[in-house]
Amino acid sequence: MSRVLVGVKRVIDYAVKIRVKPDNSGVVTDGVKHSMNPFCEIAVEEAVKLKEKKLIKEVVAVSCGPTQATETIRTALAMGCDRGIHVEVTGKDYESMGPLQVSKILAALAKREEASLVIVGKQAIDDDCNQTGQMTAALLDWPQGTFASEVTLEGDKVKVVREIDGGLETIKINMPAVLTADLRLNTPRYATLPNIMKAKKKKIANMKPAELGVDMVSRGPGGGSEGDILRGLLAVEQSSRQHGGLISSSRTHLHPAIVATDFHDSSSLKGYSETLSFTELIQPTGG
Amino acid sequence: MANPLRNEVLQLYRNLLYLGREYPKGADYFRERLKSAFMKNKDVTDPSQIKKLVDRGEFVIKELEALYFLRKYRAMKKRYYEYEQ
Repeated sequence: MSRVLVGVKRVIDYAVKIRVKPDNSGVVTDGVKHSMNPFCEIAVEEAVKLKEKKLIKEVVAVSCGPTQATETIRTALAMGCDRGIHVEVTGKDYESMGPLQVSKILAALAKREEASLVIVGKQAIDDDCNQTGQMTAALLDWPQGTFASEVTLEGDKVKVVREIDGGLETIKINMPAVLTADLRLNTPRYATLPNIMKAKKKKIANMKPAELGVDMVSRGPGGGSEGDILRGLLAVEQSSRQHGGLISSSRTHLHPAIVATDFHDSSSLKGYSETLSFTELIQPTGG
Repeated sequence: MANPLRNEVLQLYRNLLYLGREYPKGADYFRERLKSAFMKNKDVTDPSQIKKLVDRGEFVIKELEALYFLRKYRAMKKRYYEYEQ
């Protein structure tokens, strides 16, 4: 019986239309609805399911960020996690926090909590990095089961069915291990109002990265002098789809062979059918 | 005269109201309809009848949860897996 650590991230809600700040320094987050990253929900659900099957003893939800991150931890607790850990990262540190810093924190916590599994979402829908799970595994020197679409515990091993290009791959890895959840792993439950109320009784520990011995500075390749800090340079609005226009006649877009043909007289097309396939006839062959 | 099922009905109303905050057509749209649905049955006193109505409300909760899940799932699929089609 063991413990599972689940990483959850607070992101702008998936249904919100993203706006870019006028100075192109990032996206507008003030007064915008936030919620738990959908892939993190899947990770939480998987951990809670393992607990319900009595395969593990405890599920701990971790989130790094400002005070509001506790809301996301609450949601995880309402979904069935036992307790939470809020690693408080604010201001400049939060702005420059990337997957590396988060994985350092997760790795330190996994050791401290003696976790036998770390489950995170495969990626967050805000930065789309898809790095945290992999780097956590590397820092811990644990095996990793990424893009999991099925997870089965088998004694001290875990069987993971992975979503890879063009199919599925099944691997068996030793525990402790790091897993990242893909979309089809499970169907996350809804955090209902009664469960949110009950979750208020659960404990959320608060700590700072320094307590875990984690350095939050985000360094570029030069090693960390002031001008060398990894940072976003430019955020721009996605170009919107061009408006469609009306065309005067569909005939001008057809293959000359058809244009030259009287549509009412199908017999006149016959001469072309031997040299042109149907698709060639309906698509202009350009040139 | 306090009905023993009063709390159950109120809890159902609260839960539905909470779920309605995410309703695609807006929380206000949902709240109006929710209220009128409850008010329509305000004179029902028969306990078995009330139980039946509460069960229907629970069913609506399940349907809403499924709706929200599917909406999110489809959005994710469209954003990250569309090339598979």
